[in-house]
Amino acid sequence: MNRAEPLVLGIETSCDETGIGIVRGRTLLSNTIASSMDEHARYGGVVPEVAARAHLEALQPSIEAALAESGIALADLDAVAVTSGPGLAGALMVGVGAAKALAVSLEKPLYAVNHLVGHIAADVLDAEAPPLEYPTVALLVSGGHTSLLLVRDLTTDVELLGETMDDAAGEAFDKVARLLGLPYPGGPEIDRAAASGDPKAIPFPRGLSRASDMAGHRYDFSFSGLKTAVARWVEQREAAGEPVPVADVAASFREAVVDVLVTKALAACRDHDVPRLLLGGGVIANRRLREVALERAVAEGVTVRIPPLSLCTDNGAMIAALTSELIMAGRAPSTLEFGADSTLPVTEIQVAESA
Amino acid sequence: MILGIDTSLGSAVAVVEPDGVIRSEVRSLDPRGHAEVIGTLLERAMAEASVTPSDITHVAAGMGPGPFTGLRVGIAAARTFALGRGLPVVPVVSHDAVALELLLHSALTADWGFVGDVDDGAAETFAVVTDARRREFAYTLYRGIDDDGLPIRVAEPALVPRDELEAALAHAEAKRRDADHIPAAMLALAAARALSAGRTISHADALYLRSPDVTLPHAPKRVNPLASGTPGEQRTPVPAERQAYQQQRDEA
Ligand SMILES: [Zn+2]
Repeated sequence: MNRAEPLVLGIETSCDETGIGIVRGRTLLSNTIASSMDEHARYGGVVPEVAARAHLEALQPSIEAALAESGIALADLDAVAVTSGPGLAGALMVGVGAAKALAVSLEKPLYAVNHLVGHIAADVLDAEAPPLEYPTVALLVSGGHTSLLLVRDLTTDVELLGETMDDAAGEAFDKVARLLGLPYPGGPEIDRAAASGDPKAIPFPRGLSRASDMAGHRYDFSFSGLKTAVARWVEQREAAGEPVPVADVAASFREAVVDVLVTKALAACRDHDVPRLLLGGGVIANRRLREVALERAVAEGVTVRIPPLSLCTDNGAMIAALTSELIMAGRAPSTLEFGADSTLPVTEIQVAESA
Repeated sequence: MILGIDTSLGSAVAVVEPDGVIRSEVRSLDPRGHAEVIGTLLERAMAEASVTPSDITHVAAGMGPGPFTGLRVGIAAARTFALGRGLPVVPVVSHDAVALELLLHSALTADWGFVGDVDDGAAETFAVVTDARRREFAYTLYRGIDDDGLPIRVAEPALVPRDELEAALAHAEAKRRDADHIPAAMLALAAARALSAGRTISHADALYLRSPDVTLPHAPKRVNPLASGTPGEQRTPVPAERQAYQQQRDEA
């Protein structure tokens, strides 16, 4: 195996994107994504069974497309990589079964890795950026997760500082969009509606931000109370026969989400004396979140890193990138005896490493 | 050399020679855990058959029917194993493997009429029945074996509520044959026979037989009893994805 610049194919099927990525060392060769998002639109959220069926159908064509794009042959690979978790169990299993059979067929080593740590690893593929410095605080925000991590080393030491206690931030966007009558996915729709709104119009609550919450949940998030507050506010308006100012509701809701995300992330930087913050996950595509994070980080002397947005949503390249880092760090492959772990803790960067 | 993979009911892998000689067959009866065992089953099946991946020429994939979470693991594995070696996938209806085993056994022991002549009516109809979960069975009706040595399906796989199976089988005048596993060697053998006859014996898509479980989200429910005038309606709706989550867990 080439440990200096390993050629790795990564398979990611934890949610609704079938992601196949190919990297050589830290160089991105292909990032192929097939999404079943359209099939979920009429349900207003990701339906696990629909996602899992779509993965099965998309896998082979996606692998073929990634090979074509990168110009490599499967036989050239140094290793196959796959997401073991966290994510939707049925969806993960498709990728795990596929990756195992591919590795056995090719007689190549297999690495089973953590999806969340993969989001951080996406950053190493940014050819423009200087090397990732440690330690760094990482804020990962998507439709499936909202996590605050302390990364001391990408391949050996990632600590969970906090996570959402209920909905993921992206889910909150979807739900509030639905109650405002906006289509799925909610993020871009709320953004569009918020453009002409006043973010200070309605003082929606910031979840888990009271002094009494801060003792036990300093870095944790909660968005279900916010969603209920928005619903209640809208209903009261309707009951009073007044029009609902959608733009102001959207802007104020978005501001509440962004505020609590950035406030807690910067608190983690301050508390751990870490002047570095990495943002990842699909919700980072939200311009307002990036703006507020950058603005407030600068004021606190914190440097913000954002991987290319195409690598922020779920993808296979980040899984390949993390595995490439593991191989370069001398790590042994995983055994074939692991499964899909829908609640895999972030501390398990690699699963089932062989002895 | 044909590699047979089925995870529609437990997990099973076999290696069979093109002329039908069974080289190996391994399985896990664990009704879950398909993703956990599939890799080691593949390795063991090839090791016991004394072959390497480069000796495999075709991959037979059991397409179901079967509870979908497990079923997909084997189909995904069959497709990527084949992709890794540039091999064709031969899709096979999983119940065909059970039927073929019954028919071969019947031919050897001459104890049932399953292999009697189809045309003169001597062949008896039988139903391969497997657990489809959710209080349903999956069943497929067969009658006899054809000139290519393949079981003759007289009705395609279908689902039936458990307590209605007997009536359905009585109506079809079919004997009931329950299966608790799919013999992967018979799956590979069916593929071998289909290949030598130049026939396609299954669709290339998974036989889910059920639509994905989703309940369309209701209009957002009222959360404010004062505003809505429906006191007590404080519960936030269970979102569709959570309901499906729950059902998927029941399924798995
Ligand atoms: Zn993700």
